[in-house]
Amino acid sequence: MIDWSFFLEILLPSLFEGFLMTIKIIFWSIPIGLAVGIIIAVGRVYGNLLVSFFSKAYIIFFRGTPLLIQLFILYYGFPSIGIYLSPFVAAVIGFVLCSSAYHAEYIRGAIQSVKSGQVLAAQALGMSKFSAVLNIVLPQALRRAIPGCSNEIIYLIKYSSLAFMVTCIELTGAGKIVASRYFTYTEVFIVVGAIYLTIVSLATKALNMLEERLSFPGWENKR
Amino acid sequence: MENLIVIYQALPFLLQGIITTLGLVLSALALGFIIGVPLSVGQVYGSPCIKKFIGIYVWFFRGLPILVLLFLFYYGLFNMIGLNLSAFMAAVLVLGLRSSAYQAQIFRGSIQSLGQGQLLAAQSLGMSKGMAIWNIILPQALRMSIPGWSNEYPAMLTESAVTYAIGVMEVLTRGNFIASRTYRPMPIYLTCALIFIVLSYIGMKILHILEEKVRIPGFEE
Amino acid sequence: MKRENELILQVKDIQKSFGGKKVLRGVSFDVYKGETKVVIGPSGTGKSTLLRCINQLTFPDDGTVWLRDQEVTHHNLKEINRFRQKIGMVFQDFNLFDHLDAVRNVEIALIKVKGMGKKEAREKALYELKKVGLGKQALLYPAQLSGGQKQRVSIARALAMDPEVMLFDEPTSALDPELIGEVLGVMQKLAREGMTMIVVTHEMGFARSVADEIIFLERGKLLESGSPEKLFQNPEFERTRKFLFKLTELYGDINGYKQ
Repeated sequence: MIDWSFFLEILLPSLFEGFLMTIKIIFWSIPIGLAVGIIIAVGRVYGNLLVSFFSKAYIIFFRGTPLLIQLFILYYGFPSIGIYLSPFVAAVIGFVLCSSAYHAEYIRGAIQSVKSGQVLAAQALGMSKFSAVLNIVLPQALRRAIPGCSNEIIYLIKYSSLAFMVTCIELTGAGKIVASRYFTYTEVFIVVGAIYLTIVSLATKALNMLEERLSFPGWENKR
Repeated sequence: MENLIVIYQALPFLLQGIITTLGLVLSALALGFIIGVPLSVGQVYGSPCIKKFIGIYVWFFRGLPILVLLFLFYYGLFNMIGLNLSAFMAAVLVLGLRSSAYQAQIFRGSIQSLGQGQLLAAQSLGMSKGMAIWNIILPQALRMSIPGWSNEYPAMLTESAVTYAIGVMEVLTRGNFIASRTYRPMPIYLTCALIFIVLSYIGMKILHILEEKVRIPGFEE
Repeated sequence: MKRENELILQVKDIQKSFGGKKVLRGVSFDVYKGETKVVIGPSGTGKSTLLRCINQLTFPDDGTVWLRDQEVTHHNLKEINRFRQKIGMVFQDFNLFDHLDAVRNVEIALIKVKGMGKKEAREKALYELKKVGLGKQALLYPAQLSGGQKQRVSIARALAMDPEVMLFDEPTSALDPELIGEVLGVMQKLAREGMTMIVVTHEMGFARSVADEIIFLERGKLLESGSPEKLFQNPEFERTRKFLFKLTELYGDINGYKQ
């Protein structure tokens, strides 16, 4: 019933290449997206009028428009204004911009849930506002943002598949190529699906463990 | 500027895509709702067997990328079982089933946050479990879910663009069509982006009004 | 009488408005080394605002504050941070850093602001915690502490910076009655040891037994000031007498605190 030769000689090698590309994409996109998200969130909450406005506009644009359009603009649109990005770079930039907007929202909510009196106390001890935000607010806010940001990271693992739409051949793309050549969509995508389910499940477990490790007594208490 | 002229000429074609997009989004959300509510009830009140099954369903539809789901169902499974759906219908089905998994989680959270007391009180008055759930639990849980559920709309809206991959003639697909003909991708894509932002904004405003209208006095978190 | 000749703090003609409403209308007083000044007055008269103007957490619209012979007001942020190291503040809501245990709450400013080494800071922090009676609770987090313990940690945190003057903003108002004593006890000990303190409070028993001078603030102005004996027995203004009477009625006369 199962064509093992097809499976082992054709499908798995191609998928493996794609899988490596997927890993490469998420390896770059996740940390950079998170870092940018933190910066945007801090800018949104603590920045002056201009910075705050820009952050707000950034978040609205990248959360309110489909990721696919953002990718198309980067890969198909930018050449017309003289910027040529490789498929991989375009994909990573797109994922970073999009995920950072979602991270920024979660982190912003978390920052605002940290009792403001603590910043006052820090300043009363002689800390600059910057130092207070860095040492007192962010350690708490980032912990509180973990559930939301973990969610977004899982989403990123899944929407990395859209890299295929700008010709960066990752796991899904590799699957489509094999499937359309041999017309075995069901078999191929059951395998592809299984791989994604495994990655997502492992990532979810890992993030849950991280959340556990970083919790301190009383951290669920809000305001 | 020639860019504006291009946009102006493209607009009718693009705007027709709005009908497709909205049709897709609203149908999928509705499907997700119709399936999601029973799923959430099953997850809270069902037997261990049912809970397990629903758990697997949720895990499956939340764990896979949309693109993979679309390819798997539209090009794969549907063909295998001889189901001949248009790309649009297939997209509604796939997005709807996926949404039902997410919506089930939202409703489940709301139901669980109501606590046991409501159900016990209803049963002590002689209501059957089913009656209690339908008349007491769900009306409250569904209202409580509106803020969380509101996020499903913009999410579904932006995800609808992925159906481009199986040829659904929604806004982005049309935009792509024009862009490749006129060789002016930037203004077209930006216009598409603008359309989505506007649709998102209007939708959220409507949901906001809805939330106000059904609010129970004193029922804040 | 603890009044020595050393003038530590001078508050000159502080004025502050919030949204059109004038909260402080020109308040002035001097604080000498080792003095305990208690500020009382009806709610909303700007007592908290006054304290915050002293350490510049709020910028006054007018007036100046002097720490010894240096002006605290009218400086850039970096200078203000330096002054704040010398002025300790204890808040009504404690404002402990929730993600740090007690000893790290006390030592963080020593490390980040004063640049102390970790070992030295830890030693000092433990020392201060022991002084307020919380040596055993050093590794507990704020969520695990009672209100009285939280406030004592925040006192230790402020004291660790070796300030010249301590500001207390209604330190016991957020505490359950049975926990007030332990905090007042610490404050009483501090005063006896010669710390210069300005305390905003409703605790009349504390004021009577510990204050060197009581300041009555009403409607943004310093109405009357004097020793506890004078204010309680022979005040100049009827309003002062009425207010003190009402407070003593409400809050009772707490004379014995736990030590």
